[in-house]
Amino acid sequence: MWTTTLMLALKEIRRHMLRSFLTTLGIIIGVASVITMVTLGQAATVDIEEQISALGSNVLIVFPIQNEQGVWRPFDDQDIIAVREQIAGVKAVAGTVNTDVTAIYNGQDWDTRVEGVSNEFMVARSVDIAEGRNFTEAEEEAGDNVCIIGQTIQEELFIPGVSPLGEQMRLNTVSCRIIGVADSRGIGGGNQDDDNSVLMPIKNVQRRFIGNDNINNFAISYDTNVDSDAMIEAVVGLLRERRLLLEGQNNNFDIVDTAEINETVSSTVGTLTAIVAAIAAISLVVGGVGIMNIMLVSVTERTREIGIRMAIGARAQEVQRQFLTEAVVLCCFGGMVGILFAFGLSVAAASAFGLPFIFDPFINVLSFGISAMIGVIFGYFPARRASQLDPIEALRHE
Amino acid sequence: MSGEPIIELEGITKTFGKGVAAFKALRGVNLTIRRGDFVAVMGPSGSGKSTTMNIIGCLDSPTSGVYRFLGSEVQSLTKDQRSLLRRKYLGFVFQGFNLLARTSALENTELPLIYHGMDKASRREAAMKSLDKVGLVPWADHTPGELSGGQQQRVAIARALVTDPAVLLADEPTGNLDSERSIEIMELLADLNRSGITIVMVTHEPDMAEFAKTIVHFKDGVVERIDAGSKSDARREGAI
Repeated sequence: MWTTTLMLALKEIRRHMLRSFLTTLGIIIGVASVITMVTLGQAATVDIEEQISALGSNVLIVFPIQNEQGVWRPFDDQDIIAVREQIAGVKAVAGTVNTDVTAIYNGQDWDTRVEGVSNEFMVARSVDIAEGRNFTEAEEEAGDNVCIIGQTIQEELFIPGVSPLGEQMRLNTVSCRIIGVADSRGIGGGNQDDDNSVLMPIKNVQRRFIGNDNINNFAISYDTNVDSDAMIEAVVGLLRERRLLLEGQNNNFDIVDTAEINETVSSTVGTLTAIVAAIAAISLVVGGVGIMNIMLVSVTERTREIGIRMAIGARAQEVQRQFLTEAVVLCCFGGMVGILFAFGLSVAAASAFGLPFIFDPFINVLSFGISAMIGVIFGYFPARRASQLDPIEALRHE
Repeated sequence: MSGEPIIELEGITKTFGKGVAAFKALRGVNLTIRRGDFVAVMGPSGSGKSTTMNIIGCLDSPTSGVYRFLGSEVQSLTKDQRSLLRRKYLGFVFQGFNLLARTSALENTELPLIYHGMDKASRREAAMKSLDKVGLVPWADHTPGELSGGQQQRVAIARALVTDPAVLLADEPTGNLDSERSIEIMELLADLNRSGITIVMVTHEPDMAEFAKTIVHFKDGVVERIDAGSKSDARREGAI
């Protein structure tokens, strides 16, 4: 009986191909938009998580901010040593300075930035070496003219396939020897490209590019078994003391916890995704109303047919089942086409926005289920109406 | 005319509407139809013949009175029970043919069997057998739009016969046909009747009623008189 009902529904849908397609368009658009939104939202979350993890996990980044009087007080070497030596659980403390420079190689110019770092920076910020080596202790101590270049620099200045190791590159007026190429760090803090950067021993940068011993900011990496709140409290306490802040005075520095950024951004993106998906879901409901509308038209159009079926012995429930099946099949069809559309849309949008494409079977199955459910809900009323017709009246219907 | 009673109506009344607007369509119909009979129901419009037909066909319930079908009282069955009775025991032929458009003669004929839960192969077989009875096997794949009025009515008859009903109910079966096609259809019905099928037919054409064995005249909601059909008698005598 069920297969017969299903065949009947398919036949009826085929009979009005254009109408059936237009009817299901609402469902198609609804399903496609819900799936696309959720897929893109998940892709954005994953992408952001990756970018944030490029900052390193279990990392605090400490930077100075202006106080009430508008005075900006940088850190120095002594602050870094104090944090490293006086706080338990600290693995590495890496101060850094940076400034914009022009890199010149083979007569090519490229605007980039030089970062003064230490090997500890590599640990704290999870920077891996793709090719070549890290700085030696002697190089760090002496502030030698050696550098590690980012992926972007290699792409922009060097001939593909030729190793830049050992080459001399000029940064403004300073010449330096390339000893390594860093792995991609992704897009980390803010919008800057962390791969468009030249890493040099911090002393060298302070001396030759900046001209003082200040430290812009520093990263603290700590053991995974240390609570981040306790760590932040310890760092704040120590720095307040070192910066001679009295009770009641605000901190003239700020601490960013990468784990916290990660959590905040993920949950924000998650919330936005849910909101956008909910808006898209409204179109599914509108699609359902479209199905109901056309099913009501269909019941009126086919009143005579309903009369015939009743006269030859179809019970109310059988007539109802026939129309309900039709509505559900229409919606399932819409759901399937919607999933296909969503697949194409998600792939296209992901590549347009530079996001990874992640296929989530759950949201696809869920959307399909919901579209079938919409068929049941919005098909019920028209089907019920069909089943309640009086056969004598229905047979007389012109 | 000596078969067991299939349809027995006793004091059937039917009132439409309520209060002052109430209209008594039937005022106490008594009628017995026996197995093997071929009954033509005649009467002017408003005489109650269609209402009686709807009650016999279990499309409607009487307001009062007793309707026995094969000995069981069926006047107060529910809607669904009436559906099942129609499905198993009754076949319908209508004035307007009432075939499903854009659906082949074969599929139209199969339609009632779907509600018998029959599989596709058995449906095909029974429908072809039924189409054979009305001489339309070569037209099995044609849709109603490709068939003449007479052929469409034959498909409708095949559809009514496909479930082997106890009674074939025909409501003005020749109402939409020219006289030549009408006679063909009546001859077909008479043939089917001779092969044992009980037929009840409503008509307003005396020529067509003459094909029946029994002619029941309705007037003002009651049976006015019952005659024997002349052609039917002549045929029967000729056949003897």
